[in-house]
Amino acid sequence: MYLFLLDAVAVAGGAIGAGLGACGAGIGIGQIGKGAVEAIARQPEALNDIRANMILTAALVEGTALFAIVIGFLAIGK
Amino acid sequence: MLIFHFPFSPFLEVFHLCPLIFAPNFRNGMISGPVKCLLVAAFSLFSTFIFAQDGQQKEPKKLFDANEVIFGHIMDAHEFHFFSYKGNDGEEHHATIPLPVILYSPRRGFSMFMSSEFHHGKHNYSGYSLLTSEKIVEWKLNPKKYNIGQVVAVKENGEIDAAVKVYDVSLTRNVVQMIIALSLLVWIMLAIAKRYNKGEGVASAPKGVQNLFEPVITFVRDDVAKPNLGNKYEKYLPYLLTIFFFILINNLVGLIPGTANVTGNIAFTMLLALISFIVIMFSSNKHFWKHIFWPPVPHGVKPIFIPVEILGIFTKPFALMIRLFANMLAGHIIILSLVSLIFILGAANKIVGYAVSPFSIAFVVFIYFIEILVAFLQAYIFAMLTAVFIGQAYESEHHEEKMHI
Repeated sequence: MYLFLLDAVAVAGGAIGAGLGACGAGIGIGQIGKGAVEAIARQPEALNDIRANMILTAALVEGTALFAIVIGFLAIGK
Repeated sequence: MLIFHFPFSPFLEVFHLCPLIFAPNFRNGMISGPVKCLLVAAFSLFSTFIFAQDGQQKEPKKLFDANEVIFGHIMDAHEFHFFSYKGNDGEEHHATIPLPVILYSPRRGFSMFMSSEFHHGKHNYSGYSLLTSEKIVEWKLNPKKYNIGQVVAVKENGEIDAAVKVYDVSLTRNVVQMIIALSLLVWIMLAIAKRYNKGEGVASAPKGVQNLFEPVITFVRDDVAKPNLGNKYEKYLPYLLTIFFFILINNLVGLIPGTANVTGNIAFTMLLALISFIVIMFSSNKHFWKHIFWPPVPHGVKPIFIPVEILGIFTKPFALMIRLFANMLAGHIIILSLVSLIFILGAANKIVGYAVSPFSIAFVVFIYFIEILVAFLQAYIFAMLTAVFIGQAYESEHHEEKMHI
């Protein structure tokens, strides 16, 4: 019974952790998109530079969400 | 990972080009002959399409196990498995391409045979057995230590022999698919290079398959290498192009149904990240190391800064590894989960299963197209971040030059 409960807690913990990680990354990437769109609206000629930096930053932010997913998997597996 | 569908032009151009990758140069047809030859040659190596038989009695109907299906698709295996069907005789048949199994154990030495000898885990062969989910339950093995699809040594009576250590160096489907993708890439690139050497596309307009690759190569040069690496970009461009196209072709080949998930394998991405790490380390200069071991901060903060900076050397390639691995794995899992949803609901109630399938299939097609975009994007991001890190490693050298300007 307790062993069963322990497994359930591990699965729930992994899922909640991945979900919280996704929340943070979602807020971050939303901010990046907002900033990029505003910047492009103000300076359409700087489109290429802004896009390159936007994708780079989004990739870095997204990395944290992916770490959360991997750690979530580990929490379920162990 | 599904965020990048902003309709910006260069990506859309690349996006529109993707069908061409699978039928390169369909306009003038010069290449299509050799492409066919190559594909036939590659697949005829493993052409024994085996319809193996399931010799046992049909068990009572099991509920659909989505976990097993999903992990069976994304993990490595000893065969390419396409589909299973129930024949007229009521037995289950599998359509697979078997691959060679190469094993080494200190007691028994090397042994090599085709994976079809296992008959999908139903038979043992020369003292080895392929683990299935039933065997793990039957032999009461620790499921965290033994995986489905693993090869273990067995005794004469068919019981597991845990004392014999088995090193599996087989040509698994990841390895075989990577070799196929690599030979495809080398062949296309050498064909293009030969044309440029002859002068085609240098003074005149590029022809045929050159049109497909020239914009991508110039994109990597102008948008990835030049802004990050400055005047040293020519030295690193071959590496960046290699890594970009190698990841790209493996991503795209991995999206074809029935193939393996090579870029979603952590060993593969780890090796790529390790090579990037070595390149970054070899391009570092003394300013880079000075910033790590003696950062220009007040002395009291140094004990905190130095360990963080040292850790920072290793987290960069680690993040590269996790990013590519998790992106590709997550994409495949989402597609497979959406497909599995039909069968999970169908097992509970047939009508619900039929009702949900149009929506599920529509979503799968949508995600699949996003995955094609992600395939390009991840190759771009890996090359881009490698270029950024290389640039950081020797940045301070031309820092002063910039100041003068």
